Amino acid sequence: MVFSNKATKFILLLTLVFAPIFGFANESDDLPVKSEIQVDAHSTQANHEEHAEPTDIKSKIDAFKQHHVLDAHEFSLFEDEATGAHYGFPLPIILWDNGVQIFSSSKFEHGHEVAESNGNYYKLGHDEKIYKTDASGTLTGDEHHPTNIKPLDFSITKSVLTIMIVAFLMFFVFSSLAKTYAKNGGISSGVGRFFEPIVLYVRDEIAIPNIGEKHYKKYMSFLLTVFFFIWFLNIFGLTPLGINVTGNIAVTAGLAIVTFLITNLTANKNYWGHIFWMPGVPTPMKVILAPIELLGVFIKPFALMIRLYANMFAGHIVLMSLIGLIFIFKNWVGGSLSFMLSFAISVIEILVALLQAYIFTMLAALYFGSAVEEHHHDEAHH
Amino acid sequence: MEKLINDFSFGLFFWQTLIFVGLIFLLKKFAWKPILDAVNEREEGIRNALLSAENAKKEMQNLQADNQRILQEARLERDSLLKDAREIKDKMIADAKNEAQAQGLKMIEQAKASIESEKNAAMAELKLQVSSLSLAIAEKVLKEELSNKEAQTKLVEKMLGDAKLN
Repeated sequence: MVFSNKATKFILLLTLVFAPIFGFANESDDLPVKSEIQVDAHSTQANHEEHAEPTDIKSKIDAFKQHHVLDAHEFSLFEDEATGAHYGFPLPIILWDNGVQIFSSSKFEHGHEVAESNGNYYKLGHDEKIYKTDASGTLTGDEHHPTNIKPLDFSITKSVLTIMIVAFLMFFVFSSLAKTYAKNGGISSGVGRFFEPIVLYVRDEIAIPNIGEKHYKKYMSFLLTVFFFIWFLNIFGLTPLGINVTGNIAVTAGLAIVTFLITNLTANKNYWGHIFWMPGVPTPMKVILAPIELLGVFIKPFALMIRLYANMFAGHIVLMSLIGLIFIFKNWVGGSLSFMLSFAISVIEILVALLQAYIFTMLAALYFGSAVEEHHHDEAHH
Repeated sequence: MEKLINDFSFGLFFWQTLIFVGLIFLLKKFAWKPILDAVNEREEGIRNALLSAENAKKEMQNLQADNQRILQEARLERDSLLKDAREIKDKMIADAKNEAQAQGLKMIEQAKASIESEKNAAMAELKLQVSSLSLAIAEKVLKEELSNKEAQTKLVEKMLGDAKLN
């Protein structure tokens, strides 16, 4: 092993890449030793650790999964539990609590310490939320759901940082693509050239068929941005950096709300007419249909939000469970089987990453299309 | 559901929405608009090029048809010209022949007339000379007669002999 026999646990997603090399080595020699060390380490650490860490490997993997799918206030690459060393870098914490409180997440000491800023004390909960507390760090309520006050948290978390990186990457890739046209006489060149057919695909196969030749242009910016944004973030989520951005409900909610606003702010008379006074049906039916249709207005973007969140979240959980199985089996047969399975699932996840971006964009285009559609009621509803 | 709501982080939502909306506008200005414009322009260019190629092809065909037609016309014209020329030639030859004939006849006529008049003149002169010669002979004969009979006879004979020589 490249990591010493004392190195016990590094990020599980990293093993996805190195699984064929390290996975088997773990099974045969290292893991039993590792477990003993962990237990030992834990008995010594137990005193100053306020919360009881899970000790057996199953609950450890479970806790790791639970932790991974959440956002994080530091960028942790891997950690050494025996020595308590974390490898990664801290991120800035920005809180709104009687004024702006800015400090580095290193003050939390990975959730073990109470951070102090301008006389206020904060503690990082297990659910990656920041709670306001006193100097000794007491949390009221049960350990996993403290009832302490939660100040508004505008921290640049791991997810926010990833979103920023993706935003810069997208800006760099697509603005450089845009520049090559002028230089090269209307023909793209360079890296951006790979993305040009995809841009055209979004225009020709998603926007124009769903929105129509007449109105599609004003939605192109959103559709292209959302497509590449989701796709890039999904792909980032598959890297061993252990990022789960699109599998976070807050992110998908943001995307869905923007879609909702664009749909309803650009909708024409026809669209609202269909919602409140469905043409072509008897009057009593119109009354019944109106609330249903109105509900549909909110359900559509809600479905967008849940679909993307659930798909990416589930993908990460499944993948991590399968990788976790390698550590549970600790033998050649089960380990290699788990590896094969997790490999197959990651290949599928690469497809899902693109597919979910496509579906989100496609459905958004469909909703935009319905918002600007021009019907001939009399023929259309019989 | 409770977990979902608990997992919802307002800060992340805030940053995500802010960055995402900002990204839409930034990319719209610096990427999507130039890209889509350039692509549209290119497509327009290709469409135009195809159209003009098609037009050029049609024009070419028209031109070829025109050429064919012109060639045909030229051939016909040549044929008719040749025919005309042949006719003119024939006519000219015929005309010339007629003219020549007429001219010849006229010349022959003139020649005949002039021969006639020459002949008449010659005859008149001959008559004149014959008459004057006759007179001279008659005078000389008369003179000789008057002097010598024999000599007169001789003279007449001699005169006659001279006249024969004439």
